[in-house]
Amino acid sequence: MKTIAFVILPYICLAVFVVGHLWRYRYDKLGWTTRSSQLYESRLLRIGSPLFHFGTLFAILGHAMGLLLPKKWTDGFGISQELYHVIAVVGGLAAGVAVVAGMTILVYRRRTNATVFSATTRNDKLMYALLGTTIALGMWNTIGTAIGANDHFNYRESVSVWFRQIFWLQPNPDLIANAPIQFQLHAVLAFLLFALWPFTRLVHVFSAPIGYFTRPYIVYRSAGEAPGAPLGSRAPKGTWESPTGARRR
Amino acid sequence: MRVMAQMAMVMNLDKCIGCHTCTVTCKQAWTNRTGLEYVWFNNVETRPGLGYPRRYEDQEQWKGGWELNRTGHLKLKAGGRFQKLLNIFSNPKMPGIQDYYEPWTYDYETLLNAPAQKNFPVAQPKSLLTGKSMSIKWGSNWDDDLGGTHVTGKDDVMLKGIEDKVKFEFEQTFMFYLPRICEHCLNPSCVASCPSGAIYKRTEDGIVLVDQNRCRGWRMCISGCPYKKIYFNHKTGKAEKCTFCYPRIEVGIPTVCSETCVGRLRYIGLMLYDADAVLAAASTKDTTGLYEAQRGVFLDPFDPEVQREAERQGIPIDWIEAAKKSPVRRLIMDYKLALPLHPEYRTMPMVWYIPPLSPIVDALSRTGHDAEDAGNLFGAIDSLRIPIEYLANLFTAGEVAPVRRVLDKMAAMRAYMRDINLGREGNEEIAAAVGMDGAEMYEMFRLLAIAKYDERYVIPTTHTEQAHALEELATECPVGEGSSGLFGSGSGGPVPVAIQTRAEAKARFEADSTSEAPGFADYRDWDGRGLPGGTGGA
Repeated sequence: MKTIAFVILPYICLAVFVVGHLWRYRYDKLGWTTRSSQLYESRLLRIGSPLFHFGTLFAILGHAMGLLLPKKWTDGFGISQELYHVIAVVGGLAAGVAVVAGMTILVYRRRTNATVFSATTRNDKLMYALLGTTIALGMWNTIGTAIGANDHFNYRESVSVWFRQIFWLQPNPDLIANAPIQFQLHAVLAFLLFALWPFTRLVHVFSAPIGYFTRPYIVYRSAGEAPGAPLGSRAPKGTWESPTGARRR
Repeated sequence: MRVMAQMAMVMNLDKCIGCHTCTVTCKQAWTNRTGLEYVWFNNVETRPGLGYPRRYEDQEQWKGGWELNRTGHLKLKAGGRFQKLLNIFSNPKMPGIQDYYEPWTYDYETLLNAPAQKNFPVAQPKSLLTGKSMSIKWGSNWDDDLGGTHVTGKDDVMLKGIEDKVKFEFEQTFMFYLPRICEHCLNPSCVASCPSGAIYKRTEDGIVLVDQNRCRGWRMCISGCPYKKIYFNHKTGKAEKCTFCYPRIEVGIPTVCSETCVGRLRYIGLMLYDADAVLAAASTKDTTGLYEAQRGVFLDPFDPEVQREAERQGIPIDWIEAAKKSPVRRLIMDYKLALPLHPEYRTMPMVWYIPPLSPIVDALSRTGHDAEDAGNLFGAIDSLRIPIEYLANLFTAGEVAPVRRVLDKMAAMRAYMRDINLGREGNEEIAAAVGMDGAEMYEMFRLLAIAKYDERYVIPTTHTEQAHALEELATECPVGEGSSGLFGSGSGGPVPVAIQTRAEAKARFEADSTSEAPGFADYRDWDGRGLPGGTGGA
C-alpha cells in the first residue's frame, strides 16, 4: 500500500506532469493561457489575485527550502533547529494566510459573480477542489507545527528526505509512512495535482514572462518567420528577405 | 537610415455618413465568434460623444500609450517592465466589460412560439455572458447621432478646456462621425506592453498582429493601447485585434471595411519611413510638435537616395513604385490634408484622417449665407471656432493651425470647383489663397471626390517567391479540418485564418443544425438557458 502511494504514484504523476506539458505545448499552444476573468470583474480580483499569487510564489519558495535543502546544510551554516523552525513557521504562516485569504476571495468571486461563474468549467472546478484541499492540508501541517503538535517528528528528516530520494530514484516509502497522516495526505494530493496540472489552466505558471526584461520593447517579425523564432528587433539587414534566399518555414 | 514600408490608411471624414457598413462587414468577417460578442475591430463613433469603450481617450484614467519621463526619455505611461510584472496578477488599468458594454441578444423563441393571446409577446434582452435577462444600459454605439448626448456629452474627454464652447442644445450642436480601426502604429505601445512578446509588427508591411500561439492572456496590451483597439476574447482567454485584413492585403485587395465603404472615403497605400528616426520623433518634447515630427519620419519615394537605400535593404521595386502612387502619401505629404488621430499618445499612428468641413458648411447654410462662397467659408471657419478646437484636440494635440489649414484648403476646393461645375472659369485667386494653383486643386479634387478603386487602393501584392507562406494561399502544408481541440474552442493546433474560415463555413453548411457547427453560436436556436452555442467554454 505504502509503495503504491509513496513510490508508484509519485512516479506516475511526475511522468504525466512532464509528458503532459510537452504534449500540451505541442498540441495546444492556442489553449495555453491564464484564461483571465478580469474582463468580467475587477474589484475583488484586484485584492484576491495578488494575495493568492504572491502568497503561492512565497509558499513555493518555502517548500523548496524545506524539501530541497538537506538539514545538514543549514546545520553547516550554523542555523540552529530552533532558528530554522521560527523562520519556517513565521514564513509559512504568512504565506499560508495570504494564499488562503486570496483563494477564499477568488472562489467567492467565482461563485457569486454570474459572468465569472458561467465561464468556470468542470475542469476548473476539479482543479480548484484539488488545489484547495492540498492547501488546506498544508495549512493544517503549518499550524500544527507552529503550535507544537508535530514536535515529536521533524519533517526535514523524513518527508523531505523521501521527497529528494524520489529524484535520486531510491525512494524509501517508510520515511513518509511514519509521518502524521495529514503530511501523507498533503504529499499524495500534491502529486495528484501535479498529474492534473498539464491539463488545466495551471499551465500558465510555465509562461512567466521572464523574457520581457531582456527583449526590446518593439518586436518586429517577418510574415514568413517560423513560429517560435527568437524575439526581438531584427538586424537592420533589410525589411525583406532577399528574393533568392527567401526563407522557408 | 533603415527604410521600412508601412501599409497605411486615410479616412476622409468629410464624406462619412455614419452608415456603419464598415462596422457590420468587419464584424461579419472577423468577430462573429463567441468570446468576441462585445468586440468591434472597426467602430464608428459620433463626435462629440464618449466613444467605445466609454471615455477611452482619458489617458489619466487608462494610462495607455507613452509619455516622456523627467529626463525626456520615452516610457510607457502605465509603467515599465518591472511595474508591469508586479501588476501581472491583476491589471489595475484594464477596462471591464461594463466599460465596453454587456453584449446581449433577444429571446426570439418566446416571440415565435407565443400562442394567440390578448397581450403582445415581448422578446426580452438576454445577456450573452450569463444567459440571464438583463436591462440594456449601454452599447457600442449608444450615443449615435448625438442620441442622449445632452446628458452624457459633457463626459466627452475631448471637451476638456472647451466645455463652454460646445453646445448640446438642439440646433446649436455640431457632429461628425469618426470610424476607428487599429492604428498599426510605428511605435506601438501594445507591442511594448506585451510581457510574452506575442504582439509583433510585420517587417514587410508594418501590420501589427497578435500571435495567438504565443499570447498567454496577461492583458497588458489591452490597457497599453491608448486607442483601446486590442480586445480580450473571453472565451479563448487571448487578445485579438484588427488585422488590417492582412490575408486580403497580401494578395492586393483592400480591407473589408474599405471595400464595403459606401462613401468611398477610405484610402489605402504604402508609406516609406525611416525606422531609425521613429524613437526620436516620438520623443518630441512638445505634444503639439508630434504631427510634424511624424511627417518628418516619412521618406520620399521619389528621392533617388531613398530609392537606392530601399532597394539595397531589399524592398522590392514594385513596392517602391506603389509608394510613389500611394494615395495615402499624397494626402499626408503632398496635400497635407490628412492628420493623425491623437498624436499626443506618442505611438505614431498610421491611420490618418481628413477632418470634416461639413459641420461648418451646415452651420453656415443654417445662417442663410451662401455656404459655398469662398469668402463666407473662410470667415465661418474663423468665427465658428467650436469645431476647430474640438478637431484640434482629436488630431493635433490641441494645435489649431494645422486643422485650420486643412479646412481652408477644403473650403477653397469647394468654392473653386463650384465655378467649374457651373461652367465658369476656375478662379485662380481662390486656389492661390491656400497656396495652390488651379491644376493642383483639380487633382486634389479628383483624388478626394472621384478617384476610382485602383486609385484609392494602391496595394502591392506580397511577392510570389514568398507566396508559400501566405495565409490566403497557404500552399505550404496540408491542412486538416479546422476544428476545435480538446480544451474547447480555440485550443488545438494552429489553423491558418483562411482555412479555418473555409472549413468552418463548410461545416456550417453541412451541419444538421447550426448549433452543431464549430466556432459558431447560433442565437436563433438558443433557448435562453445557459450560453448560446452550447457549453460554457474551456
